[in-house]
Amino acid sequence: MSLPIDQVKRIAHLARIAVTDAEAEAVQADLNRIFALIEEMNAVDTSGIEPMAHARDLTVRLRADEVREGDQHEAFQAVAPQVEAGLYLVPKVIE
Amino acid sequence: MINASLKELADALAARRVSAVELTEHCIERIGRLDKGLNAFITVDPGRSLEQARAADARIAAGHAGPLTGIPVAHKDIFVAKGWPSTCGSRMLASFVSPYDAHVVERFNDAGAVVLGKTNMDEFAMGSSSETSWFGPVRNPWNVDRVAGGSSGGSAVAVAARLAPVATGTDTGGSIRQPAALSGVCGLKPTYGTVSRYGMIAFASSLDQGGPFARSAADLAVLLNVMAGFDARDSTSLERAPEDYARELERPLPGASAGKPLGGLRVGVPSEYFSAGLASDVASAVESAIDELKKLGASVIEVHLPNTGLSVPSYYVIAPAEASSNLSRYDGVRYGYRAPEYDDLVDMYCKTRAQGFGAEVKRRILIGTYVLSHGYYDAYYLKAQKIRRLIARDFTDAFRQCDVIAGPVTPTVAFALGAKVSDPVQMYLNDIYTIAANLAGLPAMSIPCGFGSEGLPVGLHLVGDYFTEARLLGIAHQFQKATDWHARVPAGYA
Repeated sequence: MSLPIDQVKRIAHLARIAVTDAEAEAVQADLNRIFALIEEMNAVDTSGIEPMAHARDLTVRLRADEVREGDQHEAFQAVAPQVEAGLYLVPKVIE
Repeated sequence: MINASLKELADALAARRVSAVELTEHCIERIGRLDKGLNAFITVDPGRSLEQARAADARIAAGHAGPLTGIPVAHKDIFVAKGWPSTCGSRMLASFVSPYDAHVVERFNDAGAVVLGKTNMDEFAMGSSSETSWFGPVRNPWNVDRVAGGSSGGSAVAVAARLAPVATGTDTGGSIRQPAALSGVCGLKPTYGTVSRYGMIAFASSLDQGGPFARSAADLAVLLNVMAGFDARDSTSLERAPEDYARELERPLPGASAGKPLGGLRVGVPSEYFSAGLASDVASAVESAIDELKKLGASVIEVHLPNTGLSVPSYYVIAPAEASSNLSRYDGVRYGYRAPEYDDLVDMYCKTRAQGFGAEVKRRILIGTYVLSHGYYDAYYLKAQKIRRLIARDFTDAFRQCDVIAGPVTPTVAFALGAKVSDPVQMYLNDIYTIAANLAGLPAMSIPCGFGSEGLPVGLHLVGDYFTEARLLGIAHQFQKATDWHARVPAGYA
């Protein structure tokens, strides 16, 4: 597999990471070498093998849908980049 | 004092031969004097540490001390600690001060341990050399031009250079065992789910597992007794009765006799681990260690893990896939870095993440985003999960024939700083022997077993079946009673 440069840029946008053209080219070369390694998987026939999503096929434990935490918005918003009146500020989304 | 075991330190504290404040001051002094050349710590805060030490002294005086009361511990900066910068080695979190404690930190605090500082690491634990940190690379005390291993390199080095008696780490693909091996200390990755992931900054959630670093197996057991346990806040934390991980340190195996403490133990040596790619100096140190296990009474048999070669390819699908999802939370809105200039919301996300993450983290997010993207899921993610099962089955088959698997941790001794940073594939192949235990979720450890070229340490890898940590620690303890590799101190740090 060889990732074309426009694919690299598309992935970067999906991941919300800005890349310059030069960065995209450097990343393209790295990704192509990494995918050459990853594609060694294709040498193995895995038909009939159940995928294993978790160590020991653990299932994620569910809990009752109930309130467990008190209001900690001040503590949590103290570490936010921009807050006003208890709200997180971001650039205008709707004109 | 810097070479004392946890038991000796606890006895000295109980007998008031030393105070927790003195012990903490001693560590702080060593960090101040020696860490400039090593960069093992990202944050130290003597005021905060000494406050905890004074509380520990009061607790000792009141007769309420436990085995870790007053013991300084260095936490990998992946564990958030209330009031401490918790950076994960990233610019993204460089100014993040945690509003809460990780479960592991909480456990140590409840035990009366003293937080000595937060240790340096590969950014978001993505790396095998501790060179990708925003705060600069960690250096190996055995040779400061060599890497410490990663990602928990700062914790390994803190213990190796006797800056801290013990430390914590995390292991997603080898990040405890690999730096333990390259820095010449002991490190244990428990069975997946043993140590809570709450407050442990997520990398690849189906693989991430916390564990201890120490200078001996006996000390690791004391630490794991504190770290392990059910926590409802981690959805994959195991609901199991507490166990004493030190219980098999001195308990003889059923087939043991005087002089043969490992009698009856079947050690499996995977032929795949001794093939091309393993450096001869590492192979010979590991082979000598296996001979030592034999001398102690163990029988050694060849076993096969035929899918070993597929562990790196499948891991580099699964771990980046989970990472791309986990790291989507860093958006510059709720915490962490935000780009100073941007046009609109999407531009703010893109610039924040471009500036806040380093090259390796971005690379892995891009791999993960791609393998999870529309049309590629089956070819990569599902395929990798099927191979994960084949790898786990290899171990199930092997453990029908043996009680423990022994082999190398790393293909080479510590490599030169900068040697592999520009070649991600070479860097990834360092993890060839460690990744499989994460994919399968098995407990595994590294203990010092000799020295390779240029006097650099070599680790012996012991992998056990699920929930056999106590057995692994017992084997390692018997090995350490018969050898002194774990007691060696790098020159200049004694």
